[in-house]
Amino acid sequence: MTPMASVTGAAAPILKTNVNTDIIIPGSYLRSQSADLAQGLFAAWRFDDSGNEKPDFVLNQAPFRQAKIVLAGNNFGCGSSREAAVWALQRFGIRVVLAPSFADIFYENAFRNGVLPGIVAADAIAEMAEIAATNPEFTVDLDRKLVLHGNRSWAFDVPESRRAALMRGDDEIGMTLAMANEIADFHARDVAGRDWAYAPMGRAPRG
Amino acid sequence: MTRTLFEKIWTSRLVKRLDDGRDLLFVDRHVLQETTCATAFEGLARRGIPVRHPELHVATQDHILSTDPARTETTFPPGRELLGLMRRNAAAHGIPLFGVEDRRQGIVHVISPELGLALPGCILACGDSHTSTVGGLGALGIGVGTSEVEHILATQTLALRRPKTMRIWFDGALAPGVSAKDLILHTIGKLGIDAGTGHAIEYAGPAIRALAAEARLTVCNLSIELGARLGVIAPDDVTFAYLDGRDYAPRGAQWDAAVRHWRTLATDDGAAFDKSATIDAREVAPQITWGTTQQDVVGVDGAVPDPGAYSDTGRRGLAAAAIGYMGLAPGQKMEGLPIDVAFIGSCTNGRLSDLKAAAELVRGRRVADGVRALVVPGSTEVKRQAEALGLDRVFADAGFQWRAAGCSMCLSINGDVVAPGQRCIATSNRNFEGRQGPRARTHLASPAMVAAAAIAGRIVDVRKVMA
Repeated sequence: MTPMASVTGAAAPILKTNVNTDIIIPGSYLRSQSADLAQGLFAAWRFDDSGNEKPDFVLNQAPFRQAKIVLAGNNFGCGSSREAAVWALQRFGIRVVLAPSFADIFYENAFRNGVLPGIVAADAIAEMAEIAATNPEFTVDLDRKLVLHGNRSWAFDVPESRRAALMRGDDEIGMTLAMANEIADFHARDVAGRDWAYAPMGRAPRG
Repeated sequence: MTRTLFEKIWTSRLVKRLDDGRDLLFVDRHVLQETTCATAFEGLARRGIPVRHPELHVATQDHILSTDPARTETTFPPGRELLGLMRRNAAAHGIPLFGVEDRRQGIVHVISPELGLALPGCILACGDSHTSTVGGLGALGIGVGTSEVEHILATQTLALRRPKTMRIWFDGALAPGVSAKDLILHTIGKLGIDAGTGHAIEYAGPAIRALAAEARLTVCNLSIELGARLGVIAPDDVTFAYLDGRDYAPRGAQWDAAVRHWRTLATDDGAAFDKSATIDAREVAPQITWGTTQQDVVGVDGAVPDPGAYSDTGRRGLAAAAIGYMGLAPGQKMEGLPIDVAFIGSCTNGRLSDLKAAAELVRGRRVADGVRALVVPGSTEVKRQAEALGLDRVFADAGFQWRAAGCSMCLSINGDVVAPGQRCIATSNRNFEGRQGPRARTHLASPAMVAAAAIAGRIVDVRKVMA
């Protein structure tokens, strides 16, 4: 994964509570490996039935077309586990989502794709959104865990290990593969002590 | 040292604690479905590594499969790519595929319990958020994204932060006409859709003990709609009777050893939970959602709320927007609301007991004029069993479409779509904006409520129809 240090760009306020992954990327974009996920991002909010842009949606407004940061409400990314929600944000150009809270699976999916889900108090999000309306460029400094705008700054929260992993661009699978021996030992002990769980799953069914 | 059920299973599956505070867990079983794994297999190919334990994986085709009774893999053309990739990837890696032509095909969370793939005390993972369903049998069902699917394929493990624990205790007993679906919808209405975020939920108490195995699966299915990582119910004789003799359940001496272990899987007296809540099952009426999240729910004798009545201004705005999207008015009675579509199926309510409950309401009656009504069994085996009982005739004679097994109109990516602006009453699990199709309006309810509404052409109180 590409290491991440800081991100500077427009911060788009999408402040509704409980923004779910069906809204972030509708199901119709999950049908193909080549689906245009950037086009599908928030499709129902961005486009009308004829595919025309809805001018009042933030991502259709000039500075936010190039947004790199989303300012969000509580429980962002709830619902379906679809990782396409993170991919769609990423392909649109979003590198950071700041919210007071995230749904569990979205939160995991974000880190695994090098998208930062930063936790920021609701009142700070409201302040940033107000500033963004007229002056949208913010910097997210992962090293110092700060969001910067002119002479203002707000702290965001991210687990230390996750922050370090993003900055290094860790390969999670590679790191776990390096523990293959420990996993194999566990498996061997488990097969011996819990053989009932290891009936082959692919055998022909009875009857 | 007293421990919760969740802690007992979690620690027994712990390979090691990682330096970053997460736990590396061994995954006993991994079930794949076509829409969340193609990119994971690409990742394996890029690394040039095999599936570490192909014998611990199975695959199915469910999400994007046509439910046309005469279907093949290519009946719904947009589904061909992912269904074909699932078949080819499974074959290339030695993973059994219960695909469109196999009698074991079905929705992942329906076949996992039905085949005995999900067992108490095991971790079952799947790239789908409703994997928590298998908690109804005392398994930890963990829904994951595609990167984690790749991680499991490559290593047979998951690196996860250990969730906090939450217990929801259910007192009393359910009234006639009220089902497990109503119980869990009512719970989400009371506690909110993020009450369980960061937690593993245990459902306990007399009202849970009284539920049949399939009803417990329905309760655990909706854990994700409380925001929880997973939900689980302690296994008991009901669980063991359900599993005994299933295709992939252990047999003979292994079965006996398993049951001995499974009997230890209960929360110790005095074990502490990080969070707890109590629900009185006696006060639960048949539920119906009015809005665009599952917490927007009332008893069928209730009304659309007045947004102004919420003290929280945020909730006020959300409620007003939801009421607008749904084409309703504050104070409007739920009973009598006309519907266009009725959908019975999904991993929430697509099992045989669900179809039986719906058929009781349908028998000898007719679907109202102008209503499109579908029954989609959760698996090919459920379909077979229902047909053996003649339920297909009951539904077809009443004017329902009797479909082949799949996810269908729950997420509507297989061509089974609700038209813009239409109102659908559904036994599925999500009433989100656009979930069943652009501008579709969804009301979630139990199988009996959906069947009754299909017959009446409007939302009705199933207790009155039964009387």
